[in-house]
Amino acid sequence: MKQTLATSKRGNIFHVRSVQQSAISAKLIEMGLYVGQEVEILFSAPFGDPIAVNVGGYVLSLRLNEAALIEVV
Amino acid sequence: MNVNKIALVGNPNTGKTSLFNALTGLNQQVGNFPGVTVDKKVGKLKLQNRTIEIIDLPGTYSIYPRSKDEEVVYDILSNPKHPDFPDAICVIVDSSNLERNLLLFTQVYALAIPTVLVLNMSDIAFRKGKKIAIEKIREQFPEANINVTNARIKLGIKQLIDILEKRINPRNDLPKVLISKADVIAQQQDTEKKFQEINELVKSCVVQDSSLKTRHKVTRLDKLFVHPIWGYSIFLLVLLALFQLIFTLATFPMDLIDGLFGSLSAYLHAVLPAGLFTELLANGIVPGVGGVVIFVPQIVLLFFFIGILEETGYMSRVVFIMDRIMRPFGLNGKSVVPLLSSAACAIPGVMASRTISNWKERLITILVAPLMSCSARIPVYTLLISLVIPNRMVFGFLNLQGLTFFALYALGIISALLVAVVLRMFIKTKEDSVLLLELPDLKSPRWKNVGITVFDKARLFLVGAGKIIVAISIVLWALGTFGPTERIQNAVQKIEKPINKNAVQLAAYEKQVKAVKFENSYIGILGKTIEPVIKPLGYDWKIGISLITSFAAREVFVGSMATIYSVDADGEETRSLLEKMKQEKNSDGQPVYTLASGLSLMVFYVYAMQCMATFAVVKRETKSWKWPIIQLVYMGVMAYVSSWIIFQIFS
Repeated sequence: MKQTLATSKRGNIFHVRSVQQSAISAKLIEMGLYVGQEVEILFSAPFGDPIAVNVGGYVLSLRLNEAALIEVV
Repeated sequence: MNVNKIALVGNPNTGKTSLFNALTGLNQQVGNFPGVTVDKKVGKLKLQNRTIEIIDLPGTYSIYPRSKDEEVVYDILSNPKHPDFPDAICVIVDSSNLERNLLLFTQVYALAIPTVLVLNMSDIAFRKGKKIAIEKIREQFPEANINVTNARIKLGIKQLIDILEKRINPRNDLPKVLISKADVIAQQQDTEKKFQEINELVKSCVVQDSSLKTRHKVTRLDKLFVHPIWGYSIFLLVLLALFQLIFTLATFPMDLIDGLFGSLSAYLHAVLPAGLFTELLANGIVPGVGGVVIFVPQIVLLFFFIGILEETGYMSRVVFIMDRIMRPFGLNGKSVVPLLSSAACAIPGVMASRTISNWKERLITILVAPLMSCSARIPVYTLLISLVIPNRMVFGFLNLQGLTFFALYALGIISALLVAVVLRMFIKTKEDSVLLLELPDLKSPRWKNVGITVFDKARLFLVGAGKIIVAISIVLWALGTFGPTERIQNAVQKIEKPINKNAVQLAAYEKQVKAVKFENSYIGILGKTIEPVIKPLGYDWKIGISLITSFAAREVFVGSMATIYSVDADGEETRSLLEKMKQEKNSDGQPVYTLASGLSLMVFYVYAMQCMATFAVVKRETKSWKWPIIQLVYMGVMAYVSSWIIFQIFS
């Protein structure tokens, strides 16, 4: 089971391992989610979705299905 | 080198707007780029002996477009023959987040158009303990000018203007060709490569004060704003306060405008020679313009408050907590702002939907937005409620009239959501729905930015909706003034002329003549023609006339009713209109305005798209006749069927 941003715990620092090829992968990379980037889950919205992630110094919110495209270690 | 045309590009939330405002002040114009809906904001930077034109391009993270509106940036910058192709480009970056921001800059730099790199938000970088070694950036991009600014407090603006005026470096290097718009894979690979280079550069040029390098702290306010209970409670409170403030603060200027235009009409009647031109001016144009201007206070206030919420960054938190709730309805968290705005007026509401990048979600938002009860419905609701709903308490503390008012609003909101669910099933799209939203740090608002937003929206409303409302008012005035001459003469002759020529009787006579003339005008005839169609809803031809005139703007209903019942609508006389309407009987001797017909009419006004200005704006925003027509039809059918059901249930 791959660990993705969607399944990661809040509070730990991860690194992006890969971005699954999809219609929005180019956009995700442009927003700073390139391989090797440091990410940390900061908080989530009331129903656990979307989540807010610190991406190399700024806060990005993304839905869980978007976060699931980002494999992290 | 001398430049005449400069384009501003940058990521969202980099203070690009603040910088644009600082450079151009109020010398701004909003136009359209052909083919897309984004506003083309062009400003003039006035120098001592010439002016430079500055185009504020939409905020984007990459030169490669990921939404329709971002295509503007690509289209202009990739095509030297484009009419908006700039002589130089200003790339505004957030100094505290160089890495992500430099992507766009490196892409733009490769075009070999003279480029100025503006390291904005220097204060935030400083606060985060980041020192930027500009020489290192210069080594990497030797052809670019680099300038440090803090546009919020106008730091570095003078130097920037100086660069723009005379010191922009000309480019001698060869441009690299952009990857084609369609080749996303190549774009992605290029982006990954660029980020590696940027990474190296950032490592060498940003010196991080280690004592300030703390992990991103979630602020207490943020915890509160996204809390399952507090988050929604605060949003609800903000909403309540917002509308309470708007309605209380707007009353005074609205009354003033109402009175002003009323007196202007009366004044024109008094000083101009009686005739058709005077009639057109005093009864057609002046009330038409007045009917537009009267909404300005509410629109200004709404956008003032929304502007503050957006400037502070609170609105992005609202989008964040509302997204999951809006999604099942085929909407996006970003739909909250357009729907909210539509509670004042659907026109700015529909325009506010531009922030939604997904076409399907944006379209659904546009299609349901006019179901939110706008301020033009309030006078209609108020009249009808006082007509058929008894003013008494239920459950000891709830006023029945207030409750009805609330119910009409709720009906609009609930219907908007339900219709969205239905539309979701019918509108197909290949595009994936995305949220991907930056949550900027919470900060205090820049009043100038708020002010300029308000000014822009008010102008868009006045020009966009105003033209149409005024035009339709004039057409309706003509239809209400003219009619088959013989028919009108015959009808007027039947009225008994007062024997005593005292003022009261004469005035009453004149009002009666006016009413009869209106009844036999083209619009009156039209109202009578549609009577069989609206009879099942409990309406007579008089209501029919007012339904038609409402197409200019819904609140015209009240004025039309007043004309038909030959009373003055304003002030004290509203009571006389109410009295007359209460006494109105149909041919069977039954009162026309019963609980059933009154409720039916209220529901009709909740649903029917009686607003040609909204129609026009939807046409402009969707770039087709198809969607506004679908909207007009579905809302019309919904209004008719629901009103019919309500009438059947209550009668």
